[in-house]
Amino acid sequence: MEYLIIIISAIFVNNIVLAQFLGVCPFLGVSSKLTTATGMSGAVCFVITLATVVTYLINKFFLVPLGLTFLQTIAFILVIASLVQIVEIVLKKISPSLYQALGIFLPLITTNCAVLGVALNVVTKEFTFGDSAHMLNLGEATVYALATSLGYGLAMILFAGLREQLAMRDVPKSFKGLPIAFITVGIMAMAFLGFSGIV
Amino acid sequence: MSKFGLITKGLLKENPTFVLVLGLCPTLATTTSAMNGLEMGLATMFVLILSNIVISLIAPVVPDKVHIPVYIVVIATFVTLLQLLMQAYVPDVYETLGLFIPLIVVNCIVLGRAEAFASKNSVGDSALDGIGIGIGFTLSLTVIGIVREILGSGSIFGWKFIAGDGVLAFVMAPGAFLVLGYLMVLFNKLAKR
Repeated sequence: MEYLIIIISAIFVNNIVLAQFLGVCPFLGVSSKLTTATGMSGAVCFVITLATVVTYLINKFFLVPLGLTFLQTIAFILVIASLVQIVEIVLKKISPSLYQALGIFLPLITTNCAVLGVALNVVTKEFTFGDSAHMLNLGEATVYALATSLGYGLAMILFAGLREQLAMRDVPKSFKGLPIAFITVGIMAMAFLGFSGIV
Repeated sequence: MSKFGLITKGLLKENPTFVLVLGLCPTLATTTSAMNGLEMGLATMFVLILSNIVISLIAPVVPDKVHIPVYIVVIATFVTLLQLLMQAYVPDVYETLGLFIPLIVVNCIVLGRAEAFASKNSVGDSALDGIGIGIGFTLSLTVIGIVREILGSGSIFGWKFIAGDGVLAFVMAPGAFLVLGYLMVLFNKLAKR
């Protein structure tokens, strides 16, 4: 039951882009075409889940026992940067076709604040389940990371679809480009606000 | 560019929010009120100035291949310093801004200025650049915060001028995107004339 609450809350209620404002720059940057949006979503899913598991373990078995939790920010960003680098090298070797598909997006992910945001959220924030609240364990953290990144993908793919249509419409000159994109995201966020009563 | 130009360019010509469109996450997330926007802007400015100074000092000796990781570590160090200072002296501000203080590390403005300006210019100019861009960012966030606070809670900097609530949606997520979108339209209209 707790896993279900985590999944629904992470995908719909607390959508990472539309409710938590994490990873907005790449969200706007790559969402002008549906194919690139799908590719980026895949890469983000992969990196967020992996990075959260690794940083969770590092925090639990290294930073907390040594009393070094104030180094979380520095440690996590280094772990994420090197992880992205390793993923890139491994992927190139094992699955060149997947590397071809995700390749250009991987370096961009280091500076995607969604990755660091989710990793920090998991180790610093308590999550509420109905009446009780507790820190996530490893299994829950993994599910949370995966669900959050699926929510990122969902928002990005929906938005890319809207934006492809928007490109063909006659928009007033001052609204062209980013302003109309922001207003569209605003309306999308309003639609997602409707989920807020579920959990 | 003149010293004065370095400080004022962040206001209009290279405004980080409305022209460069960088660092959007804190811009959208922390501008629920004018005060929050102002505080977030100042926090970012602190990191921006110090990291610009240090990076312009070490840039000549950093090998080209590892310069991005080195810059990120410098920025992360100042962010950690900021976190500790804020926890000690202004804990309630730290509590409100929450996750977005550590996330200054991945704010593209800070790394962007390090890469595009501080690594190629003198210490003095880099410090001024940090101040200029910092002022531009702080001002943009404060303006967005003021608009959202007026519409969303009917107050300015906490001073309430209507009884009851405002349009709550403007304090919540959709309002952030809408206000930024419409302000950008206004900015385009005024700046490009």
